[in-house]
Amino acid sequence: MAKHATPKLDQLESGPWPSFVSDIKQEAENRAKNPKGLDYQIPVDCPEDLLGVLELSYNDGETHWKHGGIVGVFGYGGGVIGRYCDQPEKFPGVAHFHTVRLNQPSGKYYTSEYLRALCDIWDLRGSGLTNMHGSTGDIVLLGTTTPQLEEIFWEVTHNLDTDLGGSGSNLRTPADCLGQTRCEYACYDTSALALEMTREYQDELHRPAFPYKFKFKFDGCPNGCVAAIARSDFSVIGTWKDGIKIDQAAVKAYVAGEFKPNAGAHSGRDWGKFDLVEEVVKRCPSEAISWDGSTMSIDRKECVRCMHCINTMPRALRIGDERGASILCGAKAPILDGAQMSSLVVPFVEAEAPFDEIKEVVENIWDWWMEEGKNRERLGETMKRLSLQKLLEVTGQQADPRHVMEPRHNPYIFFKEEEVPGGWDRDITEYRKRHLR
Amino acid sequence: MAEVSFKGKTFEVDEDGFLLRFEEWSPEWVEFVKESEGIAEITEDHQKILDFLQDYYKKNGIAPMVRILSKNTGFKLKQVYELFPSGPGKGACKMAGLPKPTGCV
Ligand code: HEM
Ligand code: HEM
Ligand code: SF4
Ligand code: SF4
Repeated sequence: MAKHATPKLDQLESGPWPSFVSDIKQEAENRAKNPKGLDYQIPVDCPEDLLGVLELSYNDGETHWKHGGIVGVFGYGGGVIGRYCDQPEKFPGVAHFHTVRLNQPSGKYYTSEYLRALCDIWDLRGSGLTNMHGSTGDIVLLGTTTPQLEEIFWEVTHNLDTDLGGSGSNLRTPADCLGQTRCEYACYDTSALALEMTREYQDELHRPAFPYKFKFKFDGCPNGCVAAIARSDFSVIGTWKDGIKIDQAAVKAYVAGEFKPNAGAHSGRDWGKFDLVEEVVKRCPSEAISWDGSTMSIDRKECVRCMHCINTMPRALRIGDERGASILCGAKAPILDGAQMSSLVVPFVEAEAPFDEIKEVVENIWDWWMEEGKNRERLGETMKRLSLQKLLEVTGQQADPRHVMEPRHNPYIFFKEEEVPGGWDRDITEYRKRHLR
Repeated sequence: MAEVSFKGKTFEVDEDGFLLRFEEWSPEWVEFVKESEGIAEITEDHQKILDFLQDYYKKNGIAPMVRILSKNTGFKLKQVYELFPSGPGKGACKMAGLPKPTGCV
């Protein structure tokens, strides 16, 4: 028998999609039965009280968590999101309901052995509820009490070789698309870069030293499977410099209907016979493709590497061999001064281990932003306030037409004094000798 | 909200052990909190950081950015963590009696 009546939540147990309510109830039941005879370190009915407080919020249309919460582990300035219920008497099981962020592996590949060991720790010391995974990438352990934080930290570091993720005004947990592990579009090893950058900047991740949060994300190609361009202050997106590789025999196989366009992604509907001209040639944004009925060719100088033709004919078209990545900066959510996607800063950078070229760009940006960024100002806002030009300067980038979508249309142009003959020091009396008042 | 007593003084605190009112701060508060923040003895260096935080807060009404704390006290972030294991926010600001840090922590 459940501890609280949850008529509204119960409705969310119907329908085809996996129900979070059914799952939480299952865990509540499991804890009540305690088949392993665990000595639960936080209230056994924690998941039931969570459903109770959630039902109350469904009724009130209001959250029932108090403002903020500052808890953590010694040595780190982040990693745990403290949280307290605003009805602790009614729902003592979630009086404390802190979230622990754990650093996930690149590409989120696991062994069942690892996940079992993690669940064993969390069953004993937490609520048994998780989020796989947080939007930034972390494994999220959802709900425990303050005294358990150091215990959990000890166990995950000593027994699982796993560290906490990031939170606060620091480098947050980096994340990547699965890259070369199982994608033929990957232009560099995103997993290796994510791991390398996570290790290199552990200190920046665990001890907030920045004006505000800062995120890394690594996409293997412009398809953006980890959405680096929209969700990271520092977005690395793979690309290539030479031409797209064309297998003419495979092109013919697509035209003949032997190979399915887009690897069969649209097979749920009848779109007719594959039409190379309509579906690829005419859709190329740069009109860089030609097809004479038997041979396909691409003008590599005009190709913007949008991925469309490759995505449509993956068995015939392949990324080039001179690979690397672009670096874009400044993506952020709307608060304070409006949403931003990242802007191109480095059009092409080498992306081979140990990734020194990429680290150099990161460190140049941090040196500048840590000094010039205002309190709680994201990199994107600092770029707006102090200009893209300043960012190019501090990263040693020569301004280049690729840095803009289009040139400015207003004439409020700043010049450096040294660029202007005579400089800024002028004498009005000299001027008046030629122009009477 | 809880009330704690130490050496004849009482302090009102929240769940995270932050003082509710800066004005209630007294040297006894530091003595009371230090153990839970992993500090055995308050040294001159600890005091220097606490004094700076309090001065800055009185003058500006906010806690200083980490960078400003480091610049003014001369302690690198690494040293700040050696002195205050849970860091400048949870450790030093709590002991100095400043309000609890907020935002997307
Ligand atoms: C070489 C001489 C001049 C230069 C280079 C110059 C330049 C400019 C520029 C760059 C603007 C701003 C345009 C914009 O908002 O897009 C402007 C606006 C204006 N200028 Fe001039 N100007 C000159 C002479 C004058 C003179 C002699 C007068 C008046 C006697 C004048 C009156 C104005 C006014 C009223 C505006 C505002 C127009 C508006 O906002 O609609 N300007 N000027
Ligand atoms: C009642 C008298 C006036 C009114 C209501 C008036 C109104 C305005 C307005 C609305 C603007 C545009 C502001 C903006 O775009 O942000 C402007 C700009 C300007 N006005 Fe006037 N104005 C008056 C008199 C004058 C006079 C007498 C002069 C020069 C002798 C003058 C010179 C200019 C100039 C040069 C600008 C452009 C400033 C800039 O773009 O930065 N105005 N005025
Ligand atoms: S971003 Fe590109 S390389 Fe990475 S998984 Fe997606 S398609 Fe593949
Ligand atoms: S990658 Fe995009 S721009 Fe380049 S040829 Fe293919 S469709 Fe055209």
